[in-house]
Amino acid sequence: MIVQLRAVSKSFGDRLAVDALSLDVPAGICFGLLGPNGAGKTTTLRMIYGVTRPNSGAIQVFGLDISRNPRAVRARLGVTLQQNVLIEALTPEENLRVFGRYHLLREPELSRRIGEVIDFLELGSHAKMPVRQLSGGFQRRLAIALSLMNRPELLILDEPTTGLDPAVRLALWSRIRELRAAGTTVLVTTHYMDEAQRLCDRVAIVLAGKVVEEGPPADLIAAHLAPEAVELDCSPDEEAALLAGDSPSLRRLRVGNRVTFYLDNAAPLIEQIRRQDRGRHRPLVVRPTNLEDIFLALTGTSLEAGL
Amino acid sequence: MSLSVPHALAVWRRNASMYSRTWKWNILPNFFEPVLYLVSIGIGLGGYINQMGGTTYLVFLAPGLVCVAAMNGASFEVTYNIYVRLVFEKAYDAMLTTPIEPDDVLAGEVLWAITRASIYGGCFFAVVAVAGLAPLPSALWVLPLIPLAGLLFAAIGIAFSLRIPNIDLFSFYFTLFLTPLFLFSDVFFPLKERLPAQWLWLGEALPLLHPVRLARAAFRGEASLILLWDVFYILVVSILLLAWARSGVRRRLTN
Repeated sequence: MIVQLRAVSKSFGDRLAVDALSLDVPAGICFGLLGPNGAGKTTTLRMIYGVTRPNSGAIQVFGLDISRNPRAVRARLGVTLQQNVLIEALTPEENLRVFGRYHLLREPELSRRIGEVIDFLELGSHAKMPVRQLSGGFQRRLAIALSLMNRPELLILDEPTTGLDPAVRLALWSRIRELRAAGTTVLVTTHYMDEAQRLCDRVAIVLAGKVVEEGPPADLIAAHLAPEAVELDCSPDEEAALLAGDSPSLRRLRVGNRVTFYLDNAAPLIEQIRRQDRGRHRPLVVRPTNLEDIFLALTGTSLEAGL
Repeated sequence: MSLSVPHALAVWRRNASMYSRTWKWNILPNFFEPVLYLVSIGIGLGGYINQMGGTTYLVFLAPGLVCVAAMNGASFEVTYNIYVRLVFEKAYDAMLTTPIEPDDVLAGEVLWAITRASIYGGCFFAVVAVAGLAPLPSALWVLPLIPLAGLLFAAIGIAFSLRIPNIDLFSFYFTLFLTPLFLFSDVFFPLKERLPAQWLWLGEALPLLHPVRLARAAFRGEASLILLWDVFYILVVSILLLAWARSGVRRRLTN
């Protein structure tokens, strides 16, 4: 295991941020830590790289006890923080130079590595402009480039794509996949379920400082909900009318006026809704069940067992 | 003790990289400030003073002001600038994702504050020397003294900065601590000639008094035993405060 947490707890004053959390991140995969804001994801990451000390439990990274070997462990991992930490007056190249020195990189290795990460994250066109003139997407790529300076064996990304436009997100995902393919273990936190589903080999859903579910995204989906989802707008009264008669036994998730049904085969339900609606063409969304559904189901929006 | 000198130097180099971008604009005021003081107080006010401490007022004033420049250089760095890096830029959060440890951050920042103090104090000394107010070569003893004064005020300032909850409290530090030091530490008049004997110990407690006394002795080329006490004071106070700051920096950067 690259990262191993055993019954790790951390509280800040009265607030229990991480509650007897255990986690195993095997080598060479992309592992997602999912959860709502305040679930304890960032605290967990900070404990993994040794900046936050747990109140109890044991943490090993690369098989080393992080509390005893913080320098040795951090020399082998890279962290992209949630908030970009860049020196705005300096260029990307100069930022990378400063950060490379934190890892004690020396010339000519320092310049060579700067060139490599600039190429890898396609920062070349803007490498000599002050960072404050760069777009949010460029700044984020630079923040990730910084964390690659030491060729990390473990890359920790705290919400890497929050606030970025879709094109930049896609580009970053493909870079992260390339790193994984080259053998880097990636540990990513996100509250974007599409990101987790497309990027991660395994995910752990964290709620109130505990892992409530863990496994490959497809397995989690299969274990909790049927594979097809039908989404529509209707009030609870309308819903009862639509499903009247020989409706299939089904699970549903309601958020306000939006209801989603989960079934093995959506066709009979769609036909029934069309029939009950008597020609009125209510917009329906039919899609595969995804991690978002599992997440909503587990994080407590009212998921009710079927009729 | 977990200090790694190469990592501390990497912290120092971060600040130096930023300063190298702006030094041309930063360094210019360092030359104007001494000229203004020497002309206004040294020549203007000094015109009404026949002599002080056995010399003209201008000659009396010059060494103390060199120390004040070093004090200010270090103080700005370890107060406002450190606070900005800590709270707004989050620079230390990024450093602590690398093998850098809190002790390295502390050492790097203190070293950088000493560097800034040396630039400020050095510029001031250059102006004073060009004006013919620094008898050479004895006044060159001030050159090792400037970083020593920088160390003292870096240690005092950083111990303060790490323990205040918000940036507004720095105005207290400047108006209620540094300004009184500036006014009462032998810079403008010999404190011990104006202070009743039973209060002399209070004068000796003032941090700025010690670099000023050392600088004046260097300018005059006179050595005496009390200078050993001054060096002792500077080193011991710096070491004690930095030892105290170690727990502060660890608490602010880790949890």
